[in-house]
Amino acid sequence: MSSVSLAGNIPSAATLQARSEDRTAWLLAAPAVVLLLLFVLLPVAAVIFLGFTDFELGYGKFRFVGFENYAHLISDRTFRRSLWNTSVYTAIVAPVSIVLGLGVALLIEGEGRARGFFRTVYFLPVASLIVAMATVWQYIFHPTIGPLNALLSLVGIPGPNWLGASNTVLYSLSIIGIWQSVGFNMVLFLAGLTAIPRELYAAAHVDGAKSALDRFFLVTWPMLGPTTLFVVTISITNAVKVFETVKMLTDGGPNKASEVLLFTIYQEGFVYLRVGYASAMTVVFLAILVVLMLLQYRVLDRRVHYT
Amino acid sequence: MSALSLRDLNKSFGGNVVLNGISLDVEQDEFIALVGPSGCGKSTLLRVLAGLDHADSGDIFVGGRDMSPVAAADRNIAMVFQSYALYPHLTAGQNIAVPLAMKRLSHSQRLPLVGSLLPGQREIRTGIARDVREMAALLKIDHLLDRKPGQMSGGQRQRVALARAMVRQPSIFLMDEPLSNLDANLRVHARGEIVELHRRAGVPTLYVTHDQAEALSMADRVAVMIGGNLLQLAPPDVIYNDPAHIEVARFVGQPRINILQAQAENGRVGFEGIRLALLEKVASGPVSLGIRPEFVKLSPSGRSGLAGRIERLEFLGSEVIAHCRLDASGEIVIAKLAPHEARDLIAGMPVGVLLPAEQAMIFAPEGRRLRIADVAGARQEPAYV
Amino acid sequence: MTSIPAGRIIRFALLSLGALMILAPYIFMISTAGKTQSDIFTSSLALIPQHFYFAENFAKALAKVPMATLLWNGVVVCGLIFFFQVVVAIPCAYAMAKLKFRAARLIMVLVMLGLLVPIHATALPLYVAFDRMSLLNSYTSLVAPFTISVFAIFMFLQFFRAMPDDLLHAARLDGMSELGIIARVIVPNAWPAVTAFAIFSVVAHWNDLYWPLIVVSKQAYATPPLGLMYFRAAEAGDDYGALMAATLIITLPLVAAFLLAQKRFVEGITMTGLKG
Repeated sequence: MSSVSLAGNIPSAATLQARSEDRTAWLLAAPAVVLLLLFVLLPVAAVIFLGFTDFELGYGKFRFVGFENYAHLISDRTFRRSLWNTSVYTAIVAPVSIVLGLGVALLIEGEGRARGFFRTVYFLPVASLIVAMATVWQYIFHPTIGPLNALLSLVGIPGPNWLGASNTVLYSLSIIGIWQSVGFNMVLFLAGLTAIPRELYAAAHVDGAKSALDRFFLVTWPMLGPTTLFVVTISITNAVKVFETVKMLTDGGPNKASEVLLFTIYQEGFVYLRVGYASAMTVVFLAILVVLMLLQYRVLDRRVHYT
Repeated sequence: MSALSLRDLNKSFGGNVVLNGISLDVEQDEFIALVGPSGCGKSTLLRVLAGLDHADSGDIFVGGRDMSPVAAADRNIAMVFQSYALYPHLTAGQNIAVPLAMKRLSHSQRLPLVGSLLPGQREIRTGIARDVREMAALLKIDHLLDRKPGQMSGGQRQRVALARAMVRQPSIFLMDEPLSNLDANLRVHARGEIVELHRRAGVPTLYVTHDQAEALSMADRVAVMIGGNLLQLAPPDVIYNDPAHIEVARFVGQPRINILQAQAENGRVGFEGIRLALLEKVASGPVSLGIRPEFVKLSPSGRSGLAGRIERLEFLGSEVIAHCRLDASGEIVIAKLAPHEARDLIAGMPVGVLLPAEQAMIFAPEGRRLRIADVAGARQEPAYV
Repeated sequence: MTSIPAGRIIRFALLSLGALMILAPYIFMISTAGKTQSDIFTSSLALIPQHFYFAENFAKALAKVPMATLLWNGVVVCGLIFFFQVVVAIPCAYAMAKLKFRAARLIMVLVMLGLLVPIHATALPLYVAFDRMSLLNSYTSLVAPFTISVFAIFMFLQFFRAMPDDLLHAARLDGMSELGIIARVIVPNAWPAVTAFAIFSVVAHWNDLYWPLIVVSKQAYATPPLGLMYFRAAEAGDDYGALMAATLIITLPLVAAFLLAQKRFVEGITMTGLKG
């Protein structure tokens, strides 16, 4: 009986140990937590805050403007153009690079000896400096001296001014985007494919799945579910974040035909130094990312858990 | 005509012979257990039969029909896999329905989305659902049909895998260690169930296992495979009592058979003063003498038998295993005794080891069994070596 | 049996065609880097230069681009970023995965939020802050925002969770402190995760243009992508020979590293990719 009343007043050895472990854990996590607050959470809060101000770099004072920046965004033709262009770019690059990535992965998976070689080749763009490769693409797309138009003229097609004309520039940038991300998606799909147990294919054979198409729909495609969901999300986010090629090759031109979200934010914030207004744009950008993530979780919850 | 015939199947990976001239006939209604240590080629044989792998040479006939040009999907051979290989994204019911859907629905009707719009598929799907329910009732898994494999226990998954294999009434049934992922209690129970299902369905069955007890207890005939060779195919009692090869004798039986060195001379095997006359002529030289532990007796007085010493005693409840070292050769002999026989034994004590000569088996150096004509020079009743 | 099935031929042909399209930019880059200005204007489809002009183009590129500075900056920035990321993330992930830590759930929420926020979203206030502290054009401004990688925490957390607790119990019975456990038990066993993350981190930051473009305006602190951009801006004309030579030099280090350790690269990207 006495031991019970004692335990009520004095912490037991177990409680003491748990407390000391908790303290150690805090010490170990402290640098990460501090930096996380300093470089991620605080800046995000600041961006949201600045989005309600007319802060401009170089001017000392700023004032609250409420939703004025956002109201302005709705009528801002450059921003609307930029949102539209980003959507078009994403709508082209994400699906095409996903389908091609899956196709290449399936082809490579079935390939025997040359498998390693092809994997290396398709992956090469991921390991290459995109800024550097963008300049190579600029040369390839060059209207007069570029090899692409030289090739087209061989078959009698007058080549367009790929990066220089407002009706083709977005598609040209999309080609570069696809070129760059097919290999990345392929590697992820390959990993997904190798994780499928071989016995499932054996079972499919025995169960009478005669054609490759039957086996694809019975085993491969459903088993790739989680991989596909992930590839879709990351492809969309990466496409929404397109910046390097635009900055290097077109500067948003010609005629704002290649203005994309991050480029517009960059111009507003770091060239025109209208930090308040650029912050409001950034909040929209963040909102898009949040929506994408919520969509991913919705789908993830709904169907792709089996084991 | 046999339900299934294998004729001289050969296969090697690299320089490694996995199947070495395997020939085998399975009769209708028969349950054959293919048993052997891991890596002996038994699973490869099963995969070759199913059409998942191809032999380098040899023929497979099912009901007299040559199977070599037939794809796995068209062989109508069902298989239960070691991991069950259930499709994790499908419910138990959908899993069981797969072989039927593949057989009864046309190519276009099987396509996702599009297929469900095509005419005529509704009736077929109703038929499939009915057959699935019947099979599920037979295996007592009707309550699991809407669950996914991830939500089932090992035993339940194993039943679903069985149902998927049985539902389309295959001409041959293959099972690749279907019980090895179950815990010990469940395994013994499942043995009886599988035999019962086999008896009811009457489909010739090849059952692969590395567990000799499983093979002996379930099969009509046991095929022992070692190192790519089919060493013996016989009913369980023959496999145990009359092994054709030293490896068969070693593989079957727990604890393992005692193998002692002996000498063959002029067609007789001499061992510690006893001569066993062999039926066939063999070159003089060393041979192996095998004797099962349950035939070995120990004499605590040490007055009869070969002189030895007890190294270790294992008490197993219904029996006692005694490990004895022979003084003369240093070889270990294991005796399986009833508890009352072991009452006076203590580890470390000297004993006389009695080996009954008529239970002895002689094996040639390459492992072949040598038949004994008669036992000569018996000193006492019964004759001990 | 002897003839190759049609399916395999089609597959091989498709793969080869795709591979050619992937490789085309590299082929043109190398070929153009060896051409004279007149060759470039007249025969863009000829892959083998008529006059071998490699030396001249490379000399021009090296003369105009402070290649050593760029590569050095790239190495320093990527190295420092990776170092801090690992040193900060591993203890935190360890505490969350293996210690009785009441705040672990809260930190997990922060990490998940952090995963969502790219540098593009935090760049504005960070830029203002660095400007106020006169830290623009410094290694500090290039490195500091990336010292915390929530992704690293997340990835190491997954990896540590899979490690057996008995390993740590044994280490504690052997008298090791928590830091000792991290240094002598966790890190050596987390090596696959560390290399995978290294590749992911280096590829990401070696390629990054956005943040260096914002905080650096001087050649002395330019990273490779930024340096290449300066060079291209300076070369107003279409001197593609020299430009291709410069891109070749600047692309080479990472591509060479990839070709030498491609298995690790692919593993690294896959591992970090699928965990994320």
